[in-house]
Amino acid sequence: MIAFIIQRVFQGAAVVLAMSLIVFVGVYAIGDPVEILINPDADQQTREAVRQSLGLDKPLWMQYLYFVKSALHGDLGTSFVFNIPAIQLILQRLPATLELALTATVLAILLGIPLGLVSGLNDKRWYSRMIMAGSILGFSLPTFWVGLILILVFGVWLGWLPVYGRGDTVRFLGVEWSIFTLDGLRHIILPAFNLALFKIALFIRLTRAGVMEVVNQDYIRFANAMGIRKARLLWRHILKNIMIPIVTVIGIEFGSVVAFAVVTESIFNWPGMGKLIIESINHLDRPVIVAYLMVIVVMFVIINLLVDLLYAGLDPRVRLGSSNR
Amino acid sequence: MSDLGLNSGASPKLAGPLRALGERSQRLRNFLLEYSLSPIAVVGGGILILLLLIAIFAPWIAPQNPYDLASLSILDARLPPGSESYDGYTHWLGTDGVGRDLLSAIMYGLRISLSVGVVSSMFALVIGMFVGLFAAYAGGRTENIIMRIVDLQMSFPAILIALILLAILGRGAEKTMIALIAVQWAYYARTVRASALVEREREYIEAARGLRLGHFRIVSRHLLPNCFAPLLVVLTVQVAHAITLEATLSFLGIGLPETQPSLGLLIANGYQYLLSGSYWISIFPGVALLITILSINLVGDRLRELLNPGMRR
Repeated sequence: MIAFIIQRVFQGAAVVLAMSLIVFVGVYAIGDPVEILINPDADQQTREAVRQSLGLDKPLWMQYLYFVKSALHGDLGTSFVFNIPAIQLILQRLPATLELALTATVLAILLGIPLGLVSGLNDKRWYSRMIMAGSILGFSLPTFWVGLILILVFGVWLGWLPVYGRGDTVRFLGVEWSIFTLDGLRHIILPAFNLALFKIALFIRLTRAGVMEVVNQDYIRFANAMGIRKARLLWRHILKNIMIPIVTVIGIEFGSVVAFAVVTESIFNWPGMGKLIIESINHLDRPVIVAYLMVIVVMFVIINLLVDLLYAGLDPRVRLGSSNR
Repeated sequence: MSDLGLNSGASPKLAGPLRALGERSQRLRNFLLEYSLSPIAVVGGGILILLLLIAIFAPWIAPQNPYDLASLSILDARLPPGSESYDGYTHWLGTDGVGRDLLSAIMYGLRISLSVGVVSSMFALVIGMFVGLFAAYAGGRTENIIMRIVDLQMSFPAILIALILLAILGRGAEKTMIALIAVQWAYYARTVRASALVEREREYIEAARGLRLGHFRIVSRHLLPNCFAPLLVVLTVQVAHAITLEATLSFLGIGLPETQPSLGLLIANGYQYLLSGSYWISIFPGVALLITILSINLVGDRLRELLNPGMRR
């Protein structure tokens, strides 16, 4: 087990290092940020001064080494646009994104698993067919378009819910939260639902498939024949057995929820790091792009590692090591 | 469902090549017959063909050339669906912020969306196919390394990889296609390897090796044709994915440039009018996108049922 963990940590570190090289060299090729930041009428001398102050006059490899050295000290450069450390900018926006992603994941679990259970247990009923049709729609509808529809229906036509920003926030454990104020809660409903939609469809299918597989097993029939109460049968015998794949998928999908938050945040003007990255790409704010990509890659490596460990911990049949591929 | 007589085809008197041709068309006919047993798949296929025709012939059948500035009038801006324009023309789906006929803009947008989706998926298929076949045929360490890379890439969500690439490359049509290809190839590689793993153990590959045929010849003439059917299924699903992803990226303003208004860009352009109630500018291109994706998925589902031997009864 320990050898497995060490191996995976090294593999993760290698991925992060490779990504840092790709991202840094790649982002270097986007264009010349000096052209965008300063007045086009500025003379050559001013340009050179700005170039020097940003460290853009040094050779690329030197810039990279400098970048790695500073990155290890937690410094990923200073935003050209906001003039504050890029990593600080990202970390300021991180709680908003995590809050949205967590709310969406919880929503997906609370809606997806019960709906999947219902449709799996009553396979042939009309409402099961409705649920399945809904999940197909959930897979096919592009997230951003559903977001627009939600804004149109609940924001513009009905006027029930706000569609812009986070609303009131409250400070808790040193960061601002929306979910602990009534106004913030009203603001998070639509974006979180939008982000959750795809995952709801996924969890419905997963749960349903699991239930339909388990229900026909002998031990369920025997339990039924023994006259065990329905609730106990459901919780102890069915749910417990289908939870392993579901928990794993929830773990894997959390990363994809964070990635897709880019779309939802842009639509609902949610001030998270996804909205920040889109703005930074448009402004060619290089340090912020690099910092975002590094933060997200590290985050993904950690999520993948945790999911692997979780999987190994939950299911004793999973063989550890590399020889099983 | 009965076997629709795969073996009863052309008369045995026909000479070799001709007979092969006859058998092939017979097989195609059987395939179409079997396909048509699912009414919803037929509807999906019909809509898809219609959409393809619209996309191909958009410049000839669209009521207006939406990008001919001379034919636009700002007086026609933001007309609701069904209203008449300044010069007496009816805009069935309304007009956008600069007075463009939305129906025409959608037809042109469909053309761009479909071509970007199909072309990038084709490229990804070819690349992924050869990488996957090569991995399976080579085996050993090479296979291990390639499949590790595939696994690694697939552990990242597609939108994130596309975002990273476009953050690096910048906005543009070719760049968007590069991102779409980079996102997709791994799916094909994995699919084709899975079937090639089974096929490479078969006698005919051993026979071909025994005949000392070249490696390339064995892979392309013997291994590939027997691994192709599952790829076709993945292709349909991936085209739908590619179209959705391109629309999303374009909507975010990091995909296609303004000069190539795909459906995603049309939706993005209408977004600013949404809050003031001009819903049609965003919603109708979205409906077109949705119908496209749904019809492709319906066809893909049916193909999977028919071509995937694991799912046949």
